[in-house]
Amino acid sequence: MSSGPTPPQGSQKPQVQALNCTKCGAAITLRALGQAVSVVCESCHSILDAKDPKLQILQTFERITSAERPLIPLGTRGRIRGTDYEVIGFERRTIEVDDIPYHWNEYVLFNPYKGFRYLTEYNGHWNDVAICKELPMVDPRFSIPLEANYLGEVYKHFQTADANTDFVLGEFPWEVRVGEQARLTDYVHPPRVLSREKMSKEVTWSIGEYVYGKDVWSAFRLPGDPPPATGVYENEPSPFSANIMAVWLAFAALTIGLLAMMIGFDLPSSSEPVFRSTYQLNRVAANGEPSFVTDTFQLEGRTSNVEVTTSASVQNDWIYLNYALINQDSGEAWDFGREVSFYSGHDSDGSWSEGSRRDTVVVPSVPAGRYYLRIEPEADPRHSNIAYSVEVRRNVPVMAFYGIGFLALLLPAVLITWRSVSFERSRWSESDHPPSPIINTESDE
Amino acid sequence: MTQPIATCPNCGAKIIFKWSSSVQTVCEYCKSVLVRSDVDLKKVGQVADLPPDISPIQLNAEGNYRNKAFVVIGRILYQYDQGGWNEWHLMMNDGTSGWLSDAQEEYAISFAATGSTTGQKLPTESQVQIGQTYSWNGANYTVSVITQAHFRGVEGELPFQYWDKDDVAFADLRSSSRKFATLDYSDIEPVLYLGELVEFDDLKLKNLRQFEGWS
Repeated sequence: MSSGPTPPQGSQKPQVQALNCTKCGAAITLRALGQAVSVVCESCHSILDAKDPKLQILQTFERITSAERPLIPLGTRGRIRGTDYEVIGFERRTIEVDDIPYHWNEYVLFNPYKGFRYLTEYNGHWNDVAICKELPMVDPRFSIPLEANYLGEVYKHFQTADANTDFVLGEFPWEVRVGEQARLTDYVHPPRVLSREKMSKEVTWSIGEYVYGKDVWSAFRLPGDPPPATGVYENEPSPFSANIMAVWLAFAALTIGLLAMMIGFDLPSSSEPVFRSTYQLNRVAANGEPSFVTDTFQLEGRTSNVEVTTSASVQNDWIYLNYALINQDSGEAWDFGREVSFYSGHDSDGSWSEGSRRDTVVVPSVPAGRYYLRIEPEADPRHSNIAYSVEVRRNVPVMAFYGIGFLALLLPAVLITWRSVSFERSRWSESDHPPSPIINTESDE
Repeated sequence: MTQPIATCPNCGAKIIFKWSSSVQTVCEYCKSVLVRSDVDLKKVGQVADLPPDISPIQLNAEGNYRNKAFVVIGRILYQYDQGGWNEWHLMMNDGTSGWLSDAQEEYAISFAATGSTTGQKLPTESQVQIGQTYSWNGANYTVSVITQAHFRGVEGELPFQYWDKDDVAFADLRSSSRKFATLDYSDIEPVLYLGELVEFDDLKLKNLRQFEGWS
């Protein structure tokens, strides 16, 4: 492009020739141009000479441009941020990281009033890019600063690499040619990316924002579907991080609700026992039939649970009680056995203890009515008397339900947090600052 | 933008190629396959074309900057190795002179800084380097590009004599805000212009050049 200082192209009229059949003059339809060695006229069926210079232009052009075909054809117009733009240029660029080449594509968009914008595409990830009007601020003491500040936001250094232009088509606002090199440094603040591009005589900063392929397709009314995005891109917005705050807030709100339910609904109802009594097990006297029945007590309200608490002053001893909760009117009975045992002592590790002097059991779904307990105690016959007491409470709060509820609330919050963390790890694993593998179990690989 | 426009050799209808280097199209009227023979095929895929120097600004265009109306009364054209740009001379409604540059359709308004506002001696052309920072009027400016430009012509009215130039150097400086500065080395003494990058829509321009197919 050493055309000198004269005003460049645009004013020149293109030289145009029609590709017509040399025999009959009819227009010719071209198909599968790249492979065509000869072309047949559809009107008179004569074969066109493949050495026709016009046909050779087309075939050479096809061969060159079929290597890297832009996903958005040059000349396509689309609307971005309310302004119409035309795709006027396309380039493919490559960086090498650890000897592995990574290619991406850049499209130049133009509006004769508003100027240039760019679209970049890598593995189905798109960015809408414009040149920065404000200069980002970096710490000049470092050759590669780890942060850049742009319009009050902090961008984190992602990668620095040398980019090479492999292929270029159409128009660019600067004189791009194949082999051109630039040092690229990307800073990310998803969904935005701040890029510094240093060429020999110029430093350019641009600001990009992540765009989904389907939005590019609808902006340019392209047929079919965009290529699927693979992997996590450097400034791809995390589908989870935006939700983390909301999920934890919801979790906090629901947990407070759960606590309020527990305090306001269940705790007061369990305040007073409906039955309480103390007994003595005299094992010496307990020959024959040791079982007995208690006085009756009233269970009120809706069908609900019943809690039976057994306390016994055992020391290195045990007592076993066979219970039956019996409805006086229907005779319906709930049988259950409970053991109270407590052992303690000293050994070389210090003092120890095992068991508890108190046992609690919850009998679920007991309808209202008059009830009594039948109790049959058992104990080690070698030991002396054991005093024990029995308490019955109606409608006790079952903490396990709250625990299950709490876990049910906690689970999605933890899950989303975990997915967000792994998304961020995938993002940064492609950067110059990969996350340390210590936390990662790698089991998801 | 540069969709080359030609005439169909068969039927005379207007034909448009899709982009600057495209070589083939089909006439919409007579359906002839049309081939361009003026495209340098060696450059296709290798070198980008530069978009033509077109600016929507023209003489007698009117606009508004910081609540001051202006009219475009003159123009200096420059050419450099990446294309061309214009410095449009503005007459503000308070009688002062301003400049509107349109390099690569990035618009900036600037005014010549007087000696008292800069306070110190300006760096010479040999002193100025990319990445250097200068402070003028309380703002920091960093040199982002140094351009060797070729003077291509003038049009309309200018505030000074300017016709016998050849190659001139400019240093463009940017700041962390939209403020920008240009050091103009076209005279013996450097001249500093201070201004800001502006949005096209904010200038509320009228009497613009019209482009076919664009509004």
